[in-house]
Parts: sequence; C-alpha cells; structure tokens
Amino acid sequence: MAPRFILRRLLLILPTLFGVSIIVFVLLRVIPGDPIVMMIPPGATQADIDNLRQLYGLDKSILDQYLIWFGAVLDGDFGISISLRQDVVGLIVSRLPATLELALSAMVLAVVLGITMAIIGTYWQNRWPEAVIDGISGFNQAIPDFLWGLIFILMLGVLWPILPISGRIDPRTGMEFTTQFYLAESLLRGEFSILADLVRHMLLPMVALALPLTAVITRTLKASLFETMTQDYIMLSEIKGFSRWRILIVEALRNALIPTVALSGVQFNFLVGGTVLIERIFSYPGIGNMAIGAVIDRDLPLIQGLIITFAIIFIFTNLLIDLSYRLLNPRVANE
Amino acid sequence: MNEFARRFGSFSSGHLRVWLGGSIVLLLITAAVFAPWIAPHDPLEQDLISGLLPPFWSSDYDSTYLLGTDSLGRDLLSRLIYGARIALIVAIVAATLAAVLGTVLGLLAGYFGGLFDTTISRMVDIWMSFPPVLLSIVLVAVIGTGLHSVIIAIVVIDWTRFCRVVRAEVLVQREQDYITSAVTIGLGRWTILWREILPNVVPLLITLLTLEMGIAIIVEAILSFVGLSVSSDQATWGGLIQEGRQYVHQAWWVMTLPVLCIIASVLAFNALGDGLRSMLDPVMRR
Repeated sequence: MAPRFILRRLLLILPTLFGVSIIVFVLLRVIPGDPIVMMIPPGATQADIDNLRQLYGLDKSILDQYLIWFGAVLDGDFGISISLRQDVVGLIVSRLPATLELALSAMVLAVVLGITMAIIGTYWQNRWPEAVIDGISGFNQAIPDFLWGLIFILMLGVLWPILPISGRIDPRTGMEFTTQFYLAESLLRGEFSILADLVRHMLLPMVALALPLTAVITRTLKASLFETMTQDYIMLSEIKGFSRWRILIVEALRNALIPTVALSGVQFNFLVGGTVLIERIFSYPGIGNMAIGAVIDRDLPLIQGLIITFAIIFIFTNLLIDLSYRLLNPRVANE
Repeated sequence: MNEFARRFGSFSSGHLRVWLGGSIVLLLITAAVFAPWIAPHDPLEQDLISGLLPPFWSSDYDSTYLLGTDSLGRDLLSRLIYGARIALIVAIVAATLAAVLGTVLGLLAGYFGGLFDTTISRMVDIWMSFPPVLLSIVLVAVIGTGLHSVIIAIVVIDWTRFCRVVRAEVLVQREQDYITSAVTIGLGRWTILWREILPNVVPLLITLLTLEMGIAIIVEAILSFVGLSVSSDQATWGGLIQEGRQYVHQAWWVMTLPVLCIIASVLAFNALGDGLRSMLDPVMRR
C-alpha cells in the first residue's frame, strides 16, 4: 500500500475542513434569523438582549467572529451550545458513538445483504431467484429510508408490536456504561442481555437505513458479476472443474467488487446523511437527531460543530473507500 | 393471438400505468384545488373535547369526523386534503423550476462542450456527492423555514438530476444525421439547440419531471416532519406524521393516513412517469 498516497490524502483533510468551516460560518451568519430572539424569555429588556449578544460574541463582525471561533477551535473548543447551554464538543462526543454504531451496523448489514443477494441472483441467473431479487431491489430502491422507517414503526411497532420504536436502550436495564459505545462495550463485557436489548432497539432504524444501500449494492454487483462471469479466466476455472459456487465467490467476486466499491463511497455518505432523519423518526439519541434540533433552534455553535463532524466522517469514509479500491484494483495503485 | 398478446403487452406496460398513476394524480389535484369546498371542516378548527377520535371503521366513530381527529380535535380528513395542497404546490413548482434550471444547463453543457461542459459536469458530480437529506436540512437552516425555502432547497439540490440526463441525451442527439443536415442548411446554433434538439429531449424530460414530483413530495414531507417547512399549524402530511408519531400507540391512524397518502402519490407519480416513458419512447413502443 502506498504510504505516500495515504499521507497526501491525510494532508488534504485540513484545507478541506478549513474551507467547509468558512463556508458554513459565513452562510449561517449572512442570513436573517436571530438566535438570541429564540432564547430570550418573554419580557426581556433591550439591555438583556444586548448582554446576551455580547456574551455569545454575536455583536462583532463576521470576520472577527470567525477568527475568535477558529482560534478557539484550534484549542479544541467549539463554544457553548446556545439552546442546550453545554459545551459543543462534550455534546458531540457524548452523542457521536450512538450514530457511529447505528451507521456502521447499517453499512455492514447492507454490504452483507447486497453481496449475498447479488451472488444468489447470479448463481440462479434467468431463473426465479433472480427475478425475486430484482423485484426486491427495485422495491428497495423506490422507497426512501424515511418511508421505510415510518412503515416499520407502523408494522412492527404498532400493528405487531415486537420491537421497540424509540430510543437506544431500555432505561430500566440500569447498566452503567463507561463509554458511549454501548454496543461494543456490552459485547466486550459479555453483557448479552443488554446487548440483545440494544440490538432490538437498533434493528428497525438500522434496516431502514440499510435497505436503499442494499439495493444499490445488489444491482451494481450483480451487473458486474454477470460481466465478469463471461471472461476467459472464468472459463478456464470452469475447465479446471471448479464448482460454480467456488468460481463465483473465490474467482469472480474480487474483480466484480471493484465498480461496487467505487460507487459505494457516495452511497455510504448518503447512509450517514440518512441517520439525521432516521434518528429523528426513532427518537434515537445520536448527532443526527441533535442536528435537527440545532437547526430548529438556530443554535449556531452546535450547527457548526456538527457540520464539521459530518464533514470529517464523510472525508474518512471517502478515504477508506479509496484505499479499499486500491487494494482491490492494483492497476490503479501502480499508476 | 400473437397480435392480441402484443397489444395487451403494450397496453399493460404503458397505458395501464399511465391510467392508474394519472387517475390518482388527478384525484390529488382535484383535492388540492377544491380543498375549501371538499373539506368537511376547517383544517385549523380545534375541538378539544373530541381529540384523537378514530375513523369510520371503529365502533367509537363520530359521524362528524369521517377519518377521525388529531390530538387537538382537528378533522383529519380536512387536514389531509389541505396537506395535499402544500404537497402538490411543492411538487409542481419545485420540480418545474429544477427541470428548467437543469435542462438549460444540460443543453448548454451537452451542445457547446468544452470548458463550459467541464465546469458544469464537475459541479454536478460534486453536488451529487452530498447526502441530499442532510443538504436540504442545512440549506433550510441557512435560508430559513417556509414554503419558499422548501422549494428553493429542492431546486438547488435536484437540478442535477435533469442536467445530467439532458446533457447525456444532447451528446447522443448532437451526433445524429438530422443535426448534420441542420448545420448543412445553415441553421444557427441556438436555432438548432432550441428547435431541433430540445423537442427530442422533451419525452425524456416529461418522464423525469413526473418522477421528480414524487421526490419533491417526499422532501416536503421530510422537512415538514422535522418542523422545517411551513409553520406548524398549517396542515401538511409530514406535520401530521410528526404529530401522529407522538400518539402512535394510542391513535395509530393519525400517522398511518398521511403515510398512505404519501406512498400512494409517490407510487402514482412513479407509475405515471414510467408509463409515459414507455409510451413516449418510440423504440420501447415498438
């Protein structure tokens, strides 16, 4: 693996984040809408308003505000949330693990389901399993995660109430966690009943997030598996007498995965973007849910902190995708 | 028999979908346009004693409220009908504006090529790499809430869908013989673009536009669900879902009805779009 490539990509992250921060900062401030108005109690005097404005530094010019903010950010200080009156970094750090666990589980599910369906569809090409899989992915792709979430709530939360539809964990479990990575921690500590409760809470939002991505992976991978299966080296393996399963999974899959991996970077980011809404629908305590609250309250410090957080997630997803693309496709790496 | 199968085949693929989708869309338009005359109640009129009343199939049903009421005792049927208004306004205005913007840029990029094409295509690529839901929420955070913001957000995000497809189609059309003939007889570039190429892109555009209306309905529902669309006392499908979500265990129908409305209208727009595509496309028609 080319260390220079990784180093170059890592160095590019800082200017990208710098650019994102400027755009967001300026955009959020040139537009009308006063965050102070949202937080004053009825009957506040003009002097109270001015004091608050001064307290949050909103009386200064945009450039001065940016310089103050950026200077603090370099010290790891993103300011105090206006609506929640808490440290922005603390808020994000306490909520981010929930979102990461949800998004990563959804991605793993989508990848496993997508690859399995593509392989099954290719193995039974032109027979009924393929038609079923095409039908399912067409349906998956047509319905956005928002509607899946709502449908799941109605079907599995209300009509046939077998799964919880709000929150991350049953508050009655009373487990004291030392980290915010509940899923990983309960797994490592062997608390399997807690783990089961966490999974039950996560299942519906996770599947809702995963379904559209599953459809994309199934379709793309199936198309390239079809193509790969017509290549000469596959015919050679057939002549050697390998079974069709072995050829599909061992010989064809690796090459066929390349276009899917190239495409999935954007799709993974879409999935992470989708957590915002899905967390809202399932009252799941992650950063997405918090982001919507921040936007509604015009909580500028929190919005800025969250957008930077999402930008970092997107940048690292892209980096990981590019790296795995290069691992799978040595031709690119050697260029 | 063969002839019959062929005819029936072409009927069921294109016409049936156009008829099915078209009639639901027509129903939606009728409900939206004539809302004040159709709706049995004022959608804002509260009746706090009769909150969360069930719809007509329940035994506790109150005959003044056909589909029941929400937590403030507002008539659900009337709110759904008025919600169709907002959904349809957003669908038509936002999709049309996105189509106009995307088509103009796509035509120019595809026909003139060069630096212009590179710039626009690069922009489309960057644009499409942002998660649309997150982008629309950030956009509304920037421009403020309200109907116009929802429309602007959809146009700003979805013009790329039109631009990309139109550009690709223009690239194909540009190489056709009829364009060479048009150049030979001395037609100007703008005339060729406007009078020769555009009409050939229109069938594709109608399909895309119909599909985009379905997407716009979902985006509007999402934004009103999270409380970033029109003010919360105005009736929207997303707002109803948000409200029903809170009482879903006591009154599941408050959330179910608007979800059904959204699914029905999105499926209708999709069916109409797909049907029109197979009817308007001469190759598929054959």
